[in-house]
Amino acid sequence: MKDAFGMPQSLLVLGGTSEIGLATARRLVARRTRTVWLAGRPSAALDAAAAELRALGPDVHTVAFDALDPAAHEVALGKVFAEGDIDLVLLAFGVLGDQVHDEKEPLAAVRVAGTNYTGAVSAGLICAKALQTQGHGSLVVLSSVAGERARRGNFIYGSSKAGLDAFAQGLGDALHGTGVHVMVVRPGFVRTRMTAGLPEAPLATTPEAVALAIEAGLRRRAELVWVPGALRMVMSALRHVPRAVFRRLPV
Amino acid sequence: MSAETTPDAALAPLGPPTSVSGWGRTAPSAARLLRPRSYEEAAAAVLACGARGTIARGLGRAYGDAAQNAGGAVLDMTGLDRIRSVDADAGVVVCDAGVSLHRLMEVLLPLGWFVPVTPGTRQVTVGGAIGADIHGKNHHVSGSFARHVRELDLLTADGTVRTLTPDSELFDATTGGMGLTGVILSATLQLLPVRTSLMTVDTERALDLDDLMTRLESGDHRYRYSVAWVDLLARGAKTGRSVLTRGEHAPLDMLPPRARRAPLDFRPRSLPAAPAFLPEGLLGRGSVSAFNALWYRRAPHHRTGELQRISTFFHPLDGVPHWNRVYGRGGFVQYQFVVGYGQEDTLRAIVHRLSRHRCPSFLAVLKRFGDADAGWLSFPLPGWTLALDIPARLPGLAALLDELDERVAGAGGRVYLAKDARMRPELVEHMYPWLPRFRALRRELDPRGVFRSDMSRRLGL
Repeated sequence: MKDAFGMPQSLLVLGGTSEIGLATARRLVARRTRTVWLAGRPSAALDAAAAELRALGPDVHTVAFDALDPAAHEVALGKVFAEGDIDLVLLAFGVLGDQVHDEKEPLAAVRVAGTNYTGAVSAGLICAKALQTQGHGSLVVLSSVAGERARRGNFIYGSSKAGLDAFAQGLGDALHGTGVHVMVVRPGFVRTRMTAGLPEAPLATTPEAVALAIEAGLRRRAELVWVPGALRMVMSALRHVPRAVFRRLPV
Repeated sequence: MSAETTPDAALAPLGPPTSVSGWGRTAPSAARLLRPRSYEEAAAAVLACGARGTIARGLGRAYGDAAQNAGGAVLDMTGLDRIRSVDADAGVVVCDAGVSLHRLMEVLLPLGWFVPVTPGTRQVTVGGAIGADIHGKNHHVSGSFARHVRELDLLTADGTVRTLTPDSELFDATTGGMGLTGVILSATLQLLPVRTSLMTVDTERALDLDDLMTRLESGDHRYRYSVAWVDLLARGAKTGRSVLTRGEHAPLDMLPPRARRAPLDFRPRSLPAAPAFLPEGLLGRGSVSAFNALWYRRAPHHRTGELQRISTFFHPLDGVPHWNRVYGRGGFVQYQFVVGYGQEDTLRAIVHRLSRHRCPSFLAVLKRFGDADAGWLSFPLPGWTLALDIPARLPGLAALLDELDERVAGAGGRVYLAKDARMRPELVEHMYPWLPRFRALRRELDPRGVFRSDMSRRLGL
């Protein structure tokens, strides 16, 4: 169960090798979390992530989960929820893709969309139903500022996050009053493997900072969290910039 | 009896799952509410509660998650509210578990009887009072609520009703057992005789914590009721400055002539309820600090024999319905611990720690407990108990309270389950040494785990 400060005792990370997911798991393990499930494609990286977390004390399990195989989600996630209540589901999987390449290779673009959006729709709905049956729990969805307004430089990734963001907000409304809480997290540029080698955007942040913001958001039972918080103001300004100007902005 | 054959409409869930939270309004979860109107309906509800079990709930004054059951059923016991018999000569009442202490006072005071133990609110049910084994300002004299229970009827997981008396294990597991042994259906209580419905109250101020502890130590035995309100926001030399109020039920000859005509009159006043929506941060350090300072200065340095109504003396917050809303959407946590006599240094260290952290707590409450009662998970033990409430969103609060838990457990003390919403499960067994026995009895009595709550899941009770 969550405590009065929203800190979960059990955690499921979808995208078990995600740096933000693991930074959040480490943070929550330092508080109340004693059981962690890492869901991801079986790999040495997933096992290493589990071992690293296990060294901090909690029971850590892994479960095979592939965002691109929605047909298998019900079975994989059903197995996790059958073992006991999950207080917090962190939906942290996603791929950035390569915009220049993906524009030329529609199937590669579909792979980005399928992972970030379709896979999340399937996993999100399955987890939401399980949480609703439990009568409690939080679903934290990692969206992105890129979804707030698609820009020339990465609109394939951005549009998939826009879809995910809208889906998660709607899901949060659907679950209002059911004891289940949905929180959308919109980080800006996060320094991770995913963004390694890319030119850094202003207000760049770290997985640890996102984890901290998630912990604070859970305490407040927030529905939407920007990381860093200043992005909220920046994006609300950018949202109203005329298209003709926006497409020329070096953002 | 099986649920399928009970064609009673009242057993149908009252609509879809409803969000349920404790008085502190933190960590809500959803459950189906069932409101039995008879013992038979209660038994049918227990047998039909489903895989996620059930827990009884009274008036929802437990601060944390003790009376919520995510994904399962919650038995709203307020429909079982009959006072079955009153023996006005012997001062014994037999009543349903859903009867509130408020109702008991309304009925019993005119007959010259008072509830033996009352907490800071009248809005608790008899079942809840037993399940949490509540205490009051008279603990040093009268012990906890269970001491005054002669008999109780407990509905257990198999649907049978057992009559328990204080010499049985199940009685001791049930008093303070947070509803996890079964549903209390009714109880027989021994009452306290009173001549009037007024209190005679002595008030004095203490300059700091040591002054307060000296005054409590030297004077408590002269009063049936004793409590101190501590200003936790006062710092430095003023740390622990406080107002002591101690009192007795007023004898008839102390009443002014007009009041003597109806000495047992009981008409508590109520102010308008707190509005449903209030801005966050209303209770910051500044506003609470100012309130506390005002409260302290308002109190007389020393006054004796002031006549107060029962509601003013015992239940000041009942005058403002829904006062918990003033903490806003974030809710609040109440922290109450006890450390035994001889552990005064731990108490001092904690008070100084709280004072340094600047917790915006409305006047914390300090009192001395007397002998403990037999409840396995009952909270009181002979020693000092401090209770305070703090907005849940105060930065650093979670870590601070974890740190205080460690000190309390290290000193052989404990945190009150009826108020907890956040304790680390690893510490519960240290604080409640009878817990393994409690668990064993539950396994035997309720192998399917019919009775469970968010608290029992969170703390592994």
